[in-house]
Amino acid sequence: MTSISSASPAFTGRDPDNRLFGPLPDVQGEAGYDDDHPARVGFFTDTSVCIGCKACEVACKEWNLLPMDDSHGARDVIGLSGMSYDNTGQLGANSWRHVAFIEQSRTVDLPMPAVGLPGATRQDSGPSAANATGDSLAHAQQSSVLNAEALSEFDPQTGQTGADKQIRWLMSSDVCKHCTHAGCLDVCPTGALFRTEFGTVVVQGDICNGCGYCVPSCPYGVINQRKDDGRVFKCTLCYDRLTDGLQPACATACPTQSIQFGNLDELQARADARLATLKEQGVETARLYGRDENDGVGGNGAFFLLLDEPEVYGLPPDPIVTTRDLPAMWRAAAAGAAMIVGVALSAVLGSRRPR
Amino acid sequence: MAECHPVGFQWVMEAKARGAKVIHIDPRFTRTSAVADLHVPIRAGADIAFLGGLIKYVLDNELYLEEYVRAYTNASALVSEDFVDTEDLGGVFSGFDPEQGHYDEASWQYEPEEPPHSGSDDPQGAAEQKALEQDDDVKSADRAQASGSGGPPIAAKPMRDETLQHPRSVFQVLKRHFDRYTPEMVAEVCGIEPEVFHQVARWVTENSGRERTTAWVYSVGWTQHSVGAQYIRTASILQTLLGNIGRPGGGILALRGHASIQGSTDVPTLFNLLPGYLPMPHAAQHQSLDDYVADAAGKGGFWGNKRAYTVSLLKAWFGDAAGPENDFCFGHLPKISGDHSSYRTIADMIEGKVSGYFLVGENPSVGHPNGRMNRFGLANLDWLVVRDLQMIESATFWNESPEIETGELAPETIGTEVFFMPAATHAEKDGTFTQTQRLLQWRHKAVEPPGDARSDLWFYFHLGRILRERLKDSTDPRDRALLDLTWDYPVEGETQDPSAAAVLREINGVGPDGRALSGYMELKDDGSTSSGCWIYSGVYADEVNQAARRKPGREQGPVPTEWGWAWPYNRRILYNRASADPAGRPWSERKAYVWWDEEAGRWTGLDNPDFEATKRPDYVPPEGAKAQDAIAGTDPFVMQGDGKAWLYAPAGLVDGPLPTHYEPVESVVENGLYEQQASPTIERIPGPWNRENPSRSEVFPFQVTTYRLTEHHTAGGMSRTLPYLAELQPEFFVEVSPELAELRGLTNGEYATLVSTRTAIEAKVLVTERMRPIKLGGGQVVHQIGMPYHWSYSGISTGDSANDLLGIALDANTHIQEDKVSTADIRPGRRPRGPELLEFVESYRRRAGVESGRVGVNGRDPVEASAGEGSTQ
Amino acid sequence: MKTWLDAWPVFRQLTGSDPLGRGSAARSKATENVVSRTATADRVVQSVCPYCAVGCGQRIYVKDERIVQIEGDPDSPISRGRLCPKGSASKQLVTSPTRVTTVRYRRPFGTEWEDLELDTAMEMIADRVLEARRKGWQDEHEGKRVNRTMGVASLGGATLDNEENYLMKKLYSALGAIQIENQARI
Repeated sequence: MTSISSASPAFTGRDPDNRLFGPLPDVQGEAGYDDDHPARVGFFTDTSVCIGCKACEVACKEWNLLPMDDSHGARDVIGLSGMSYDNTGQLGANSWRHVAFIEQSRTVDLPMPAVGLPGATRQDSGPSAANATGDSLAHAQQSSVLNAEALSEFDPQTGQTGADKQIRWLMSSDVCKHCTHAGCLDVCPTGALFRTEFGTVVVQGDICNGCGYCVPSCPYGVINQRKDDGRVFKCTLCYDRLTDGLQPACATACPTQSIQFGNLDELQARADARLATLKEQGVETARLYGRDENDGVGGNGAFFLLLDEPEVYGLPPDPIVTTRDLPAMWRAAAAGAAMIVGVALSAVLGSRRPR
Repeated sequence: MAECHPVGFQWVMEAKARGAKVIHIDPRFTRTSAVADLHVPIRAGADIAFLGGLIKYVLDNELYLEEYVRAYTNASALVSEDFVDTEDLGGVFSGFDPEQGHYDEASWQYEPEEPPHSGSDDPQGAAEQKALEQDDDVKSADRAQASGSGGPPIAAKPMRDETLQHPRSVFQVLKRHFDRYTPEMVAEVCGIEPEVFHQVARWVTENSGRERTTAWVYSVGWTQHSVGAQYIRTASILQTLLGNIGRPGGGILALRGHASIQGSTDVPTLFNLLPGYLPMPHAAQHQSLDDYVADAAGKGGFWGNKRAYTVSLLKAWFGDAAGPENDFCFGHLPKISGDHSSYRTIADMIEGKVSGYFLVGENPSVGHPNGRMNRFGLANLDWLVVRDLQMIESATFWNESPEIETGELAPETIGTEVFFMPAATHAEKDGTFTQTQRLLQWRHKAVEPPGDARSDLWFYFHLGRILRERLKDSTDPRDRALLDLTWDYPVEGETQDPSAAAVLREINGVGPDGRALSGYMELKDDGSTSSGCWIYSGVYADEVNQAARRKPGREQGPVPTEWGWAWPYNRRILYNRASADPAGRPWSERKAYVWWDEEAGRWTGLDNPDFEATKRPDYVPPEGAKAQDAIAGTDPFVMQGDGKAWLYAPAGLVDGPLPTHYEPVESVVENGLYEQQASPTIERIPGPWNRENPSRSEVFPFQVTTYRLTEHHTAGGMSRTLPYLAELQPEFFVEVSPELAELRGLTNGEYATLVSTRTAIEAKVLVTERMRPIKLGGGQVVHQIGMPYHWSYSGISTGDSANDLLGIALDANTHIQEDKVSTADIRPGRRPRGPELLEFVESYRRRAGVESGRVGVNGRDPVEASAGEGSTQ
Repeated sequence: MKTWLDAWPVFRQLTGSDPLGRGSAARSKATENVVSRTATADRVVQSVCPYCAVGCGQRIYVKDERIVQIEGDPDSPISRGRLCPKGSASKQLVTSPTRVTTVRYRRPFGTEWEDLELDTAMEMIADRVLEARRKGWQDEHEGKRVNRTMGVASLGGATLDNEENYLMKKLYSALGAIQIENQARI
């Protein structure tokens, strides 16, 4: 009889037989492609050189012919988000790239200019200047859009501002992670989601029936249904372009090479080198996200270099593929079912025992 | 730069990755600041004080590149005894006429060598021209820009003191002039802490010299000021002192904002210019070709060939009709007599002086300051032709403008007949754009334009064809010019589109053999050559469209000279002779670019030398030499009459030989440097529709600056209408600091109303610490409001138009408006609608002591403010 | 029979190397036939972005005389194939459904737009140019010959081609019109 407990290796993800979790050196082979399949490809998004231009968002929409977020087209009824320069909000069925803008600030102790009254407090030129006390300033800052508390030390690389306040404006282009273990793919009952020969995860529009099971299964909240269509849509890593030897539209457009496309192992090496350079320059807060194949999704096909905690960018700090525990659950369920069958059988058999 | 030229910014990021320091000086914290090594928040309108501080730092600490300064600049020239600096006249130079608001430049001249000789073939004619330049009408016609591609003529060779010690040497004049621009003064005026100033000064000077260069990059943040030309002058002085001009990685780079805005000045549709920066003939000065070229005849530098350039242009335009017997049809050219720039023309329209107007891909109702005034202009035309892709606001002003709502305009009162003529896009026509580095790039037509859409080339060619047909039997002398025009371009395809290549070839010019010329050195003044724009000559060299060359960059070296074609002569860095020392050797191995090859007997290097290829570095012009022959082998600045970079400009600028900090027309701050508050030469266009906010007024206590966002393009006609761009910045907003939000009760994401003496507009508020109050040295805090200007009522992404808030006050050098800094009030909530808006704004005017802005039908006559409502102070 | 069976994903899943049906076995007909529309374009035309003055190279892909894609030209030493959001949206600039492609006419004091033939419009504009030119003509100004008209003014955008600017300046000057301006002064 199988015993199930929370200490079971299946529930900690350390089950060597669990094909839905852990490092996977050959995702395409795992998905049934021959040994001569192309190398696994992906994105390395280096946010330390992102200028937030949103070329990726537009190039993606142009190539994939995505509707405007508010697709009626006459006027944009969504309007200004009030969240820095981000009016896209999040990844969705119509936005397969999303540039996040995070404003942070901290006060630094710079000496006052030599002229003027030493230690003079701020005086406003406007009529109600006298009311601008320290408290109200603090209050005002809290009601500002940034209000992102500095979660970590500022980087010399981006934190400098020549005044008594340092401002940092982080920008990061988010995208589907093309997980090594993709929850969306694992739960798709129709086979609409599939692993391509490039190791990417793609929705097949001619198969998807809009059941939506994949939507809650994504640990990043990437995949989503299009309202007027019902089916789900997300980044395909420009599967059609890849088959033609082209790079994805976003990486092609990106002016500063913040979005880099290539073979995953090469990108990983490049990212490691970039991280080392930044660390050397004293950017202690730099880190890679989605690079670790031992993380909860077996590493990402699209990974990032961040300058702050993932949460700051709206990314889950410790994503775990939602199907990680599926095998164990299935085994538990199977064991339970066997037990029930056994009991029932013995009851039946027992009842047939001659008296 | 990251905001408005993101793809160009890749090179900055690349330089940064190789260790370059990136400093961003801007009132607000932008996408550029986000990746810069240092962001320096500056008070808008204070750049001369800041740059002046750097000049003083360089001079005081002797950090200039001495050999460069001695050899390549006018540092040693002596200035006339009559010159009196701003230091001694409370912020005004000698020669100012307060009545006319003009300077007489006579006292700014050099002290001439004895005896004075002009070197001119026609000394009397030149002297007359010189005298006429002081004519008020000539001054107001923008003579300074008419010397755009070269220096203005100077009367005589100056006395020099090679030790630079003479108190009247340019070098010493410069030192005294900038002496008061101390770091403390920079803090006082710009709100930049001395520590930060010193950081910038160190980085700039440590990265300048033989081994290293520093580049300055600017855009309309420098030009759109009442002293915009002097902003750039200040940077020029700094860069010249540091030896950063004409060298790789140096220069002052104007990042222009439109695909061919450089081309639109080179081959100008500007009132004061003919192609190639030849001035438009002026009624007072230029009644004949001889008059016209008198100022340049026999002078040093390439402007010495002005007659050849002019005659070749006239040959290109009037063909066989132009000959020596008729002054090459010079008389066919209309003459200007003052400022005929677009804002002046708008005022003329309101007064009913202009009948018809063509708007060709321009949307002044949104893109120009003071939209209301612009719309009043349009409403008083007989007819208006709008050529565009989308139904822009300048075409729909008669039934949709804000003034319809206020009752100031109504379709029933507007007699303007409007023709909307659909235009072709960049993909639907052949042609060249000239990008920001003077590079011409040919576009191949991809598809035919849809429906009635046509290229502007088509429109003007066929309009000209029809007009010539109508007048073909005319004997009226005034029609002669039109009938003499060469207007026989081959046409192609179903729509009879004229060949753009044929036009480009005409611009290039042909020689006596009918073959395309290889460059302007071949132009003659006898009528044997033609060229529609002399600086572009060579773009069709060897009968090849050089602008269409597309050898992939990866197959070329660091200077990709086989991609497109740059004027002049495909030179990629101007004045690159300066990249070598006076003896012709590179300043350093690291910065080698163009140098003298003694063995080959010519200049060589990575680029095409911007110098006569075989002129030796030790060439000394013989007495009486003319044009380029008068330029010595050590004079890199070949378009200048003296071949030198000018630290001091004895002529050419209407507002002073040296840059001086003046406060903007509308400022909340008192000028900390001089008694004179704003530039004394500002050009104003007064009227009820163009009132000015008084400086330092409590009614308008905040500074406003306008700008663009990455997601949109200028007045929005090419971006607000596109879904993918519209959704990225879906509506008009302004950016304010948390401190200002607190002060005025503004809430993030809610509406605010901004008010000026022009009008009131509403915008969503983005409260952000990227906007910051600027604390001046004296303790005054200046709140700045950031206002992107892309919006109006049409398209997918909409809002009030930022430019409606602004007034029109102009830099007299350029007739460019000061819209990078103005003043306003801001208050929470939406603006009043309808006629109430008029009273609301009028009440502000009354409180500020400003004349009424009430107007009559279609904005025509001023209307007395109704008495009794509020008191006029 | 074999082909038919192969087309059935479950068959592939059970018999092939992809027992979980998440990869090769799940490929649909559309996936097998996928092709990029740049590959099927009839021609590629080299062009230049019409927005700012950086002058990024563009490749315009044309299929059946319609533009199907505009993207960066990797050959350009200026832009190296990259484009900003505006450049990336420039296909929309050309194909925008709100683009006006017929002549529109508003008569004096009119309250509606009307249709007008292109040829008619050209003739009407020519009439008006001649009349405005006559009305504003000046032989002299303050005693000096000027040979000009103050009746016709023009303002161009800075997305005009050099060739277009050239013809404009040439024609206007021959007409005597001097109030000829451009965004370049703004």
